Amino acid sequence: MTPPKAPDLSSFASLGEALRSALEQWPDRLALIEADRDRENCRLTYKDFKQAALPLTQALQAGGLAAGDRAAIIMSNQSKWLIAAYSVFYSGGVLVPVDFKLTAGEQLPLLAHAGASALIIEYPLWRALLQSPGFGSFAVPQVLVTEAPQSADLRGARRWEDCNDPSEPRFIPRRRDELACIVYSSGTGGRPKGCMLTHDNYLEQCQSLMTWYPFWPGVRYLSILPTNHAIDFMVGFIGPFVCGAAVVHLRTLRPEYLKDAFPRFRITYASVVPMVLKAMESGMKARFRELAPFRRWMLERLMSLNRLLTRRKPRPELSRRLFPQVHQALGGELRALITGGAFAEASTLQFFYDLGIPVANGYGLTEAGTAVTVNDLRPFRADTVGKPLPGVELKIVDFNSDGIGQVAVRSRMVMKGYLHDPEQTAEVLADGWLLTGDLGRLDAHGHLQLFGRLKNMIVTEGGKNIYPEDIESAFAGLRVKEFCVFAVNYVWKRHTMVGEQLMIVLRLDPGAQFSPALFEDIQLRNRGLADFKRLSGYVVWEDDFPRTASMKIKRNALAEQMSGRLQHETALRAL
Amino acid sequence: MTDLDHTLQQLLQLASQHFQVPAAELNPDDDFFKKLKINSLQTLDLLTQLENHFNVELPDYELQGVTDFRTLAERIQSRL
Repeated sequence: MTPPKAPDLSSFASLGEALRSALEQWPDRLALIEADRDRENCRLTYKDFKQAALPLTQALQAGGLAAGDRAAIIMSNQSKWLIAAYSVFYSGGVLVPVDFKLTAGEQLPLLAHAGASALIIEYPLWRALLQSPGFGSFAVPQVLVTEAPQSADLRGARRWEDCNDPSEPRFIPRRRDELACIVYSSGTGGRPKGCMLTHDNYLEQCQSLMTWYPFWPGVRYLSILPTNHAIDFMVGFIGPFVCGAAVVHLRTLRPEYLKDAFPRFRITYASVVPMVLKAMESGMKARFRELAPFRRWMLERLMSLNRLLTRRKPRPELSRRLFPQVHQALGGELRALITGGAFAEASTLQFFYDLGIPVANGYGLTEAGTAVTVNDLRPFRADTVGKPLPGVELKIVDFNSDGIGQVAVRSRMVMKGYLHDPEQTAEVLADGWLLTGDLGRLDAHGHLQLFGRLKNMIVTEGGKNIYPEDIESAFAGLRVKEFCVFAVNYVWKRHTMVGEQLMIVLRLDPGAQFSPALFEDIQLRNRGLADFKRLSGYVVWEDDFPRTASMKIKRNALAEQMSGRLQHETALRAL
Repeated sequence: MTDLDHTLQQLLQLASQHFQVPAAELNPDDDFFKKLKINSLQTLDLLTQLENHFNVELPDYELQGVTDFRTLAERIQSRL
């Protein structure tokens, strides 16, 4: 079928209004399926979704949530995340989606920084907050906990499942320029960066993305990323809902269940981080290797043929005929996989495309809404992160002789700024342009190619942005004269965004040697960090760190000195 | 030996076999990501092995933040 045109969202003033309209427009359409392994936990139509949201919305409003108040969600990937978010938007609240994978000690300062007046949270995560040494400073007045055992002591929090007031809550209108969400892009260990995103930012982003990748009633989107992730929030919640599509939540990433979910729910789209994409590729290649030599030869020829026949644009019907078993194993309805959040390798993207499974890879950052560029597949390009979305202006500033410079973005999707931090805001927003800190080049066809980072940070294969400054507090008190954490690529430049790692640079006390005790101390602290934040290595530096008049480390200068005097291979030692 | 110690020993044994790391090199407080050189997806594979061995279900979302063998053994023990 030919996908319909993107919905017109111009008449909506807020996300709450757009979502409320969707619930009215498609009452009997399937909205949500939640599965855990091979069990189906629930299946809701849009009418059911509305009914499920009413008591929670009523409870939030009765508990004092008012227009402009901040309400945080800390939940794993599941259907109640969407219900909770809808309740917050319906009540005119500002949503604070907190990453459930952060430690409790990292989540607490973000709740305080956002000034959250309500928190909706799953029980195991609430238990972790209660047990955190920092819980003494917890000051969120209203807490709703879901999935708690009956015997659990919730310490004053309310059980979501006990909210049963069926009366109609009030819909609180919001304007387009008012805040919809505060999303933390970093700052878990130091200075929080809470991106202030408006209803206009999100509605424009949604309109733009749906122009290239439309959803429609009947589409089923498989959600395996947590919805606090910007990609899933947009293409696993707002996008499908405003188009009357369905979202399937799978509460496990176990490969055996993930594989089954595609045919079981006849999935149309799914978003995966590059690490999962790579695992899928490995699994498929392993099965192909088991084929008899002739069948494997045939498969390779067919992949070449498919590449030739789809060189201008994808031809899903044709590809499904060429690879019936591959497509049947994925349910027969899959139109594209969506990936982003981290860098996907060109060979992986090409592998899927040659099998007739386009991967819509893109580039984006929280500060710019969600996506800035996406591959429009006309034609498919594995070597770029696509073209700017409709409504996005992109330019390269301070470029070198190869045309590589910093990527700057201007659009209605760019955030208002960082919460409570005009200084950091001024560093990235200048004359209406967002300076991304990423290095790129635009080719003759308007595609963006990325070439590493200008900023001192890494993105993990799992799509997590990690800023070295956020890691440093974990090493406070280390028995050295001074230390700081760097992205390895920031010191020794490589034009790649794959396999990025962090390292700690140590300046030992005068006369001191690097001792096994110090090594053990660093390892112990490293283990205390979330796994995706851990350091990979250390460097012992022989001089005092260059500092500003106010004694801040001059990271740029130190990185330059290190790259000039030390060889990456010999100076960096593994942890 | 307590039940927890017994669970812990079995867990270390299984991890050693599955990821081919000598059992003598694995300690209860080790970070299994680091020690077994595995990523979060490979950890799920380990969890599936453990579920089959102990005949329990270990939901991914309840094990969020668990990185050492001892805590993992405690979570298994609580479900036995």
